[in-house]
Amino acid sequence: MKSEILSLLLIVPLVGAILCAMMNQESKLAIKSIGMVSSIVAFVLSVWLFITFDAKTSGMQFVEMHAWIPSLDVSYHVGVDGISLLLVVLTTFLTPIALLASWESIHMKLKGYVALMLLLEVGTLGVFISLDLFLFYVFWEFMLIPMYFIIGIWGGGERIYAAIKFFLYTMAGSLLMLVGILWLGYYASTQPSGFFTTDLLKLYKVAPGIPMGIQSWMFLAFALSFAIKVPLFPFHTWLPDAHVQAPTAGSVILAGVLLKMGTYGLIRFCLPLFPQATFTFMPYIAALAVVGIIYGALVSMVQPDIKKLVAYSSVSHLGFVVLGIFALNEEGMQGSVIQMINHGLSTGALFLLVGMIYDRRHTRLIKDYGGLASQLPVYATFFMIVMLSSAGLPGLNGFVGEFLILLGSFKSVSLGSHFYALFAATGVILSAVYLLWSYQRVFFGKLDNPENQKLVDLSLREWAVLVPVVVFIIWIGFYPQTFLEKSALSSKQVLEQIDQARKIQMAGTGTEAAAHAARRAE
Amino acid sequence: MAHQLIAYAIFLPLAGFIINGLFGKKLKSETIIGLIGSSTVGIAFLIAAMIFFEMVSTPVQDRTRIVHLFDWIVAGGLSVGFAYQLDQLSVIMMLVVTGVGTLIHIYSVGYMHGDPGFARFFAYLNLFIFAMLNLIMADNFLLLFLGWEGVGLCSYLLIGFWYDRKFEKGTTGDAAKKAFIVNRIGDFGFLIGMFLIVETFGSLNFGTVFAQASTLQVGTPVLFWMTLALFLGATGKSAQIPLFVWLPDAMAGPTPVSALIHAATMVTAGVYMVARCSILFALAPATMEIIAVVGATTALFAASIGLVQNDIKKVLAYSTISQLGYMFLALGAGAFSAGLFHVVTHAFFKALLFLGSGAVIHAMHDEQDIQNMGGLKSHLPITYKTFLIGTIAIAGIPPLAGFFSKDEILWKAFSGGHVVLWLMGLLGAGLTAFYMFRLFFLTFAGNPRWRGDQHPHEAPLTMTIPLMALAALSIIGGFVGIPPSLGGGNAIEHWLEPVFEKANETMVSHGSEVEFLEYVLMILSVAVAAFGIYIAVIWYTQKKEIPERLAQQRPKWYKLLLNKYYVDELYDAALVTPTVKGSDKLLWKGVDVGVIDWCVNALPRGIAGISKSIRLVQTGIAQTYVLVFVVGVVAIIGWLLTQ
Repeated sequence: MKSEILSLLLIVPLVGAILCAMMNQESKLAIKSIGMVSSIVAFVLSVWLFITFDAKTSGMQFVEMHAWIPSLDVSYHVGVDGISLLLVVLTTFLTPIALLASWESIHMKLKGYVALMLLLEVGTLGVFISLDLFLFYVFWEFMLIPMYFIIGIWGGGERIYAAIKFFLYTMAGSLLMLVGILWLGYYASTQPSGFFTTDLLKLYKVAPGIPMGIQSWMFLAFALSFAIKVPLFPFHTWLPDAHVQAPTAGSVILAGVLLKMGTYGLIRFCLPLFPQATFTFMPYIAALAVVGIIYGALVSMVQPDIKKLVAYSSVSHLGFVVLGIFALNEEGMQGSVIQMINHGLSTGALFLLVGMIYDRRHTRLIKDYGGLASQLPVYATFFMIVMLSSAGLPGLNGFVGEFLILLGSFKSVSLGSHFYALFAATGVILSAVYLLWSYQRVFFGKLDNPENQKLVDLSLREWAVLVPVVVFIIWIGFYPQTFLEKSALSSKQVLEQIDQARKIQMAGTGTEAAAHAARRAE
Repeated sequence: MAHQLIAYAIFLPLAGFIINGLFGKKLKSETIIGLIGSSTVGIAFLIAAMIFFEMVSTPVQDRTRIVHLFDWIVAGGLSVGFAYQLDQLSVIMMLVVTGVGTLIHIYSVGYMHGDPGFARFFAYLNLFIFAMLNLIMADNFLLLFLGWEGVGLCSYLLIGFWYDRKFEKGTTGDAAKKAFIVNRIGDFGFLIGMFLIVETFGSLNFGTVFAQASTLQVGTPVLFWMTLALFLGATGKSAQIPLFVWLPDAMAGPTPVSALIHAATMVTAGVYMVARCSILFALAPATMEIIAVVGATTALFAASIGLVQNDIKKVLAYSTISQLGYMFLALGAGAFSAGLFHVVTHAFFKALLFLGSGAVIHAMHDEQDIQNMGGLKSHLPITYKTFLIGTIAIAGIPPLAGFFSKDEILWKAFSGGHVVLWLMGLLGAGLTAFYMFRLFFLTFAGNPRWRGDQHPHEAPLTMTIPLMALAALSIIGGFVGIPPSLGGGNAIEHWLEPVFEKANETMVSHGSEVEFLEYVLMILSVAVAAFGIYIAVIWYTQKKEIPERLAQQRPKWYKLLLNKYYVDELYDAALVTPTVKGSDKLLWKGVDVGVIDWCVNALPRGIAGISKSIRLVQTGIAQTYVLVFVVGVVAIIGWLLTQ
């Protein structure tokens, strides 16, 4: 079982999706049950994966490889390291929760909905475990389709605009990436005794040797695609529309998992494949990340729509993740990895909570609420915990990531300036502002809107949705080591890869790289 | 081995929080809820006492102990744990926090009786104790920061405890949010301080950092920025200029909260933190200078506002800000143990005064305006007597607690060469004596100014017993710090000596330690306090028209003080409004929607436009196609011929 577990992880939700599609549209309970069971089985598998993962080695584990297009050396090659492991667990954790959250809110075309949610899981898992660029690209594009339909069919009033915007934005980036992948394969074939390949581990060895001029273009082709996905300022405007229009479960997966594909892509592909270009573009990307942190927080602060507020807060939070990655040290990288998980949990939970109140009141406008704390004490408590986690309160998960990222970027030799961290740290103040202000307007004060006086507090199902998330929010806050341990060596490995690759390149391409390094050193 | 019990002392209040928080509503009985809440803190106090006595019987060089529970965050070169440091400084703080904390928990059983949020209240109080203990017992900066933000959270939750009530111009929610956000501004500084510490020393553990720091030169630039950033954190938590604005609003919370969090313990966290890092600060004389100036300025500034306030809790709030200013003046002058001494005595008398004001508010059915009080002396005999003790103690009249600690600070400021700051402190002391007795007379003396249907009555025993205990402590609390000039041994200074040893060695003493001068200053400060009291007696018991006449003659000055120098309005106009307006109009509607999205949507619009014009060619009329074809052929032939 050990070697096939990753394939099994893909097959389980896939089979679930096929079963759903074959069901009668009317047997709703059966459809929902298939969805829940297959996603929970996938979660259990990933927990087993997590437990048996050996944190003492930094290489890929649970590797599986089958030839696919042998003439181009394209293969079904999957495996996980500590970084992808955590994201796999996050994906399988959030999928059943998202399904349970939409248990009662989806009535139309239920089987299509459940099937698409499961296909979405297949796509995202595939992205995180692919070790072949072609395979990765297939999953990357594949995942767009279920998401497009989930927004476009079960979304809000302007769902079509949002779905198309989401689709086109992402496509625009990924087409460039496809060109990049093909060029990489071609480049491999031009090497002495080389051949065309899309295998990531093989490309790791040759790609860093690409001459600087072309490497920059390659880096940009990949980075743009990932930056749109993250989303990095100023490529973020698809996000608020997509989030606001998507149904709750869609927003949860979108924020919780899909955005991480961008930051994961940076770590897995951009940095180790194009180390020299990474150093060239690092200050610009880090600056955009810092702008995103502050800008996202400020724009979030003035949103009248609470879902949009959470959406913009994602721009701010993901800015932290990108900053941590480009700090290029262990603190920053580890902080970014754990922050990806944290954002998945806390922003996912915020969307869950917003969805719960939307199901009851069918409005997302903050001004329609006020004084809910007295009517919905349990709901208010959950919201408070999640909000504080999002605001980075020590003792809850968000702090661990934010602190490590800020520390990493502060002391980063590569960034070479304290100002990135100094400006980014103002995000700590701003996140408290937009979160506390919106919380106050929704929950505090008098309960004077008669519509709100009829609201009922959380149901048992909603408890079941929120409790697991809150458990992890507190767990990571007090004992993040459970997770940090798993990714420690892999994070280090990525950094060493960059370091070594740079050394090889400096020795290899000689004058240009050396001159560049000298310029940097000055 | 008492020190191994430390984990229980810290985590029992957390257990109390969880029990009362999750099951409080089901418990229903206020007695059980109150018992759980109070006993967890009470046990923590007992453990603190055991640790203290164990420490007393241990040789001085072995008194510091580290109890490591588990690793918290390990990444790269950073490694911090849930580890606690027991030493002379932390044990004193622990005694104060759990001791005063227990009394206030007991008091709350009476004060919060009948409140629908009774269980929630005790849950929050216990969570506060847990966070505060982490703050003072931590053996590293990051765990200290966990407590630091944790107490801030509890402060937020408790200020907004009555979340549906109005408070002044806004709501309690406004006050709570303000407290948290202003504190976050300070925390920004604290974070930067920590980053500089890691960068400089490669660790966040006190032991490692302080040991390495003592090898550095005095005045190393990085130490200046490091300590300045940390001090910014302290100005937030301890309500100093420029971040003091949240504390007066924090009075929106229930009065026991004001006593515990916003007077006795949490707000002194900044003082504790600076004292804990004494070696870092001692090596940065420029920061020390800034601290002393900020402290003395705040002390005088807040006292002047306190002169004219009419809300009983507001007066006490400004008095707290002012007293915290004295503590920072001490720290800035290098008198770390004097600052800590004042933390202790202030905890006693300010908790007493707040709880006393709570008893008054309780008796007056939520009336807080002292203009509507008066003559409560006979109705609330115990509150009256204990409040008087607290008032004398804060005014600095010997031999009560406040005299010794405040006098120590003034003396240290003077002998350290800060004559101007000393003068400001002296003036502040006079103002303090005046406004406190003004408060006292307006509340308890004279004729009743309240409505006839109000029937003030003395508080129940659960409330009066803590008052009496704190009154006793306010009387005798100062005896632990009687200076040698008065024949005492200054026990607290000796006790704390090992903690501040390195810092004291670093600082060059350039003042005069003339005993004769010390007596002169002592008499001077008592005289100034006595003069303040004398004025209050005249103005508020005999010639009551004087203060009114003054207010009328100098309306601008009076308004300026009454409106607290318009600092809130200034911050609003300069910071809050521009940020909100700018984010809305410029960033969101301007950049996001106006620029970025316009470009994004322009792309498909442009493509659609191009296709539209190209589509015009596809007319579907055969004649047109033939025409174009013929023209094309002719053009090609013509081109070929001209070649």
